Amino acid sequence: MTHKDYEDIPGTFVFDADRSREGYHLNQFCISLRLQKNRDAFNAGEEAYLDAYPMTPEQRDAVLKRDWNRLLELGGNIYYTSKLAANDGINFQNLAGLMTGMGVEEYRKMMLNGGRPIEGNRYKSEWGES
Amino acid sequence: MARITAGVGCSHVPAIGVAMDTGITGQPYWQPVFKGFEFSRKWIAEKKPDVIFLVYNDHCTAFDASCIPTFALGAAAEFHPADEGYGPRPVPVVRNHQKLASHIAQSLILDEFDLTIMNEMEVDHGLTVPLSVMYGDKTPDDDWGVLVIPLAVNVVQYPAPTGNRCFQLGKAVRRAVESYPEDLNVMIFGTGGMSHQLQYKRAGLINPEFDKMFLDKLTEDPVGLSKMPHVDYLREAGSEGVEMVMWHVMRGALDDDVVEVHRHYHVPASNTAVGHIILENKTS
Repeated sequence: MTHKDYEDIPGTFVFDADRSREGYHLNQFCISLRLQKNRDAFNAGEEAYLDAYPMTPEQRDAVLKRDWNRLLELGGNIYYTSKLAANDGINFQNLAGLMTGMGVEEYRKMMLNGGRPIEGNRYKSEWGES
Repeated sequence: MARITAGVGCSHVPAIGVAMDTGITGQPYWQPVFKGFEFSRKWIAEKKPDVIFLVYNDHCTAFDASCIPTFALGAAAEFHPADEGYGPRPVPVVRNHQKLASHIAQSLILDEFDLTIMNEMEVDHGLTVPLSVMYGDKTPDDDWGVLVIPLAVNVVQYPAPTGNRCFQLGKAVRRAVESYPEDLNVMIFGTGGMSHQLQYKRAGLINPEFDKMFLDKLTEDPVGLSKMPHVDYLREAGSEGVEMVMWHVMRGALDDDVVEVHRHYHVPASNTAVGHIILENKTS
């Protein structure tokens, strides 16, 4: 496999071909919610709607539980999963509040104060990860 | 002949569009974001471009995971604002200069840039937000007052085209424009960025030092800047900060020496550092 020079960035999934392949049906489900008629059908019966997308049981479970980080861990991409969030009335900033575990208010405050600094957030080693 | 007179770099944060569409731009949170575009609106009203060649990325709107063109040029007569999950933006339909678009497509392909050509395409906030910040409030019944040739660049699935490839594409766009006989004032927009990360546990990353370096080098060392590897964007400017490669298309289409006539930088708009720059060719 190609060496990935971006794998040591903490708290980040780079959406490359491997992730795209893994998350294909999950992401295609999410993007279907871009359209109102599909949002209506999904909201009328989530389980039945999901049957049309051959995703893994783990991906399906994460969709139903709205486990936003798990969706990314299983190959989801933020531009896709954000459509599921939008259907739930969650915008990008509030979604980030959920994914970071900070909560909506604390995250919003961090952004108002200039965002998450780069110092200490460049390498996994700085997060005590390998 | 047609000529490229100026370049505009600009973030395309969707929340900026929402703020305009819901009439809350005067709120304390948004006021500083829009203040930085006051000069730009006067400037563009004065310079009156006939055509904007607008480089942006589609956010899984026209292209979902089933089809991922690296460079897709809009050749349709018009492009409607897309429903991105919360209804289409209430802004005008985007009209193309179709003959110039076809000419550019042909010229670029013969210049060895293997484009995808789009004869049907909806456009998302990546394209309409830069028009909104530059042209102000418009309703669906209005006209933008400018023709727009969209160029969608893949920056969603890694790898995006390299900065150098984008810079070289800009040079080829310039050659294409300058070989078109009609007398047209063409501007080029590079959009996206600046530092931001929308996803996972590092979401909210902002790096003003990186952003300032990027803005400075657009005039001081554009060639050196275009050689920056993707991992530097991803690490230093956040996973979605890699959108900034699109600014190199804009920069490549301009003269080597340009004048920076305006710069605006503000944190935050939603999750993102807003950056904006106007560069004029000295010869224009």
